[in-house]
Amino acid sequence: MKFSNNWHEKQNALIIDIMKQFLSFVKKEFYHIFRDKRTMLILLGMPIVQIIIFGFAITTELKNTEIAVFDLSKDISTQRIIEQLEASEYFTVSQVLNSSDDIEQVFRQGKVNMVVAFGENFNNNLLHTGEASIQLIADATDPNQSLMQTGYATNIITSYQQELMREHNVPFRIVPEVKMLYNPQLKGAYNFVPGVMGLILMLICAMMTSIAIVREKEMGTMEVLLASPIKPIYIILAKAVPYFTLSVVNLTSILLLSYFVLKVPVAGSLFWLAAISFIFIAVALSLGLFVSTIANTQVTAMLISGMGFMMPVMLLSGMIYPIESMPEVLQWISNIIPAKWYIDAIKKLMIQGVGVEFILKDMAILLSMFILLITISLKKFKVRLV
Amino acid sequence: MIKFLIEKEFKQIMRNSFLPRLIIGMPIMMMLIMPWAANQEIKNIKLSIVDNDHSTYSERLVRKATSSGYFHLTDVSLSGDKALHSIESGKADVILEIQTDFEKNLVKTGVANVMISANTVNGVKGSLSSSYMGAILSDFSSDIREEWSPKREGAALPLINVVPQYKFNPNLDYKVFMVPALMVILLTLLTGFLPALNIVSEKEMGTIEQMNVTPVNKFTFILAKLIPYWVIGFTVLTICFGFAAFVYNILPVGSLLTIYLFSGIYILVVSGFGLVISNYSNTMQQAMFVMFFFIMILILMSGLFTPISSMPEWAKIVTIFNPLKYFIQVMRMVYLKGSVFMDLTTQMFALLGFVVFFNTWAIISYKKTN
Repeated sequence: MKFSNNWHEKQNALIIDIMKQFLSFVKKEFYHIFRDKRTMLILLGMPIVQIIIFGFAITTELKNTEIAVFDLSKDISTQRIIEQLEASEYFTVSQVLNSSDDIEQVFRQGKVNMVVAFGENFNNNLLHTGEASIQLIADATDPNQSLMQTGYATNIITSYQQELMREHNVPFRIVPEVKMLYNPQLKGAYNFVPGVMGLILMLICAMMTSIAIVREKEMGTMEVLLASPIKPIYIILAKAVPYFTLSVVNLTSILLLSYFVLKVPVAGSLFWLAAISFIFIAVALSLGLFVSTIANTQVTAMLISGMGFMMPVMLLSGMIYPIESMPEVLQWISNIIPAKWYIDAIKKLMIQGVGVEFILKDMAILLSMFILLITISLKKFKVRLV
Repeated sequence: MIKFLIEKEFKQIMRNSFLPRLIIGMPIMMMLIMPWAANQEIKNIKLSIVDNDHSTYSERLVRKATSSGYFHLTDVSLSGDKALHSIESGKADVILEIQTDFEKNLVKTGVANVMISANTVNGVKGSLSSSYMGAILSDFSSDIREEWSPKREGAALPLINVVPQYKFNPNLDYKVFMVPALMVILLTLLTGFLPALNIVSEKEMGTIEQMNVTPVNKFTFILAKLIPYWVIGFTVLTICFGFAAFVYNILPVGSLLTIYLFSGIYILVVSGFGLVISNYSNTMQQAMFVMFFFIMILILMSGLFTPISSMPEWAKIVTIFNPLKYFIQVMRMVYLKGSVFMDLTTQMFALLGFVVFFNTWAIISYKKTN
């Protein structure tokens, strides 16, 4: 009885001891960060600036695309179509061309993105032979944009045609009622905010941890830490705590900004939004840890985690380009990008506002990535540096 | 004097076990993978169908929609609510709901309703998929019309034939669009980040003090730092040209010489910018984060991924100060449209302005005394 009590006390004292040691390590890491004011300012300010810039500026929406009109008929129908193109927010008619030679000219100067060309006797053909043509000549140097331009223009022309059909009371009309779910104003920010969240959290976390550890190696202070009685796992944990805290601050500022400034809704549960973000931050931190076990110098660590990860995250996470349009191989590769799963989950939670049962898969994948990365890095983490 | 300084820089780069591999490996990886990813074409839209009518016509409509090539039938639901569920779980992107009495209404009253609901979290995808569906519907109704009254009434129908034509890139090949821009990104990353870390790493190592006590003047010092990145930049660019030509079969319509000329100027812009940041930083960490901050903004606001014309006015003004924008324009114009030097004078002056600005700044901000 006596013995067991004693044993318990000892055990407790040991735990308290370890906790104390651990906390003093955490404190040390916080000092490291707070002492470097400039880096801290960047770390906390960067997400704010970026989310504002990207929220407003990064969009693929068509807005006021400059087009030119080449109209050989100049009749009531062509007038009305041009008016409707002009009235839409997508297009601005900036030039009226008089000869077909001008078409080449305006494209080469890069002044307009699309030319709308009507043939002769447009209205006449339309009403009598029922065969009137419009040519949409688009500058396809940017294929994405040109497809969208011709798509939207065709849409406007088709709705004009349907208007005519209604006027003429043509039979067999199908009238579609279109419902835009979740984002009725088609705002680009709804799509990009989750992407930017993934990008910023991923890169900042990975960079911070990888540099912090490799730096100690390079400076030689890692030897000192490893020689202390505390276990290596606590050293690493102590490094992760401050960066985790910083990332949570960043996450909060991103969410507040996107809600109040960009007016992106938070339709789903805030609790689960926070939960999945924490998991994602943990994945990013452990990825940084993993990089630090490969890299020997700060330059290498930074170049891998800052420069090396930037493009894959931007391009393969579905942030800008839809993953389902990629070739099979790339779709497969995109599965190993953690940001892909996070962005997917955030879109569902934040904008679609669905329940947690729809993001379980994303969550499970992120969790297993975390476990995998942390196990490998701890195994590779060398207690002896030489 | 400068010869030895340059020799020193090269030795420092080559001695690092990682840098030479990065300089060769990164362009190869990026050129092999990235051009395939940059595709915004909306394909394989996942379609969920709710057919409340189950008539000959409704079934024909479903068949027409699924065989159109745009849509990929992933779900058939019994009610609109159930179909909505499949959008929530990501199983479908768009729902086509056919009302009861679709066929009856179409034949008797001449007008029938259907409902299209699209997931518009991605606004472009949502609106394009609903407009594809609209086109299929109007196609379908004109099919039916033709069956009921062949020729006779056909003449009175106002039908507009829209013919799109895509200039400069008739096959709408995204790789043609991305490859030249990727070269710009690679140049920016490699010849931007490396100089940004350069001077500050000498500061952290303490070797900068040795430079400071030599009679080397500031101009020579900065020049010796710039030249190796020039060489690196041209190496990277040449690797890229090779990949573009042999892997993607993309050759510039314009002259390679123009591209090399502009690249030479552009490398000086980013390297100069990197050196400025390096001069102001105390640790590599600072330099890295500052550089990262700017590069990310510069890349995303350059018109590389998303068009500048879609940006709001204030953002368009910001892009005037973005050197990447000008160089991407040059690359795309020379590669795709075959523009010649005379078409590119604006870009030339803009880039030269940046060169003078950043490199003067780099020379001034380098201080030999603490």
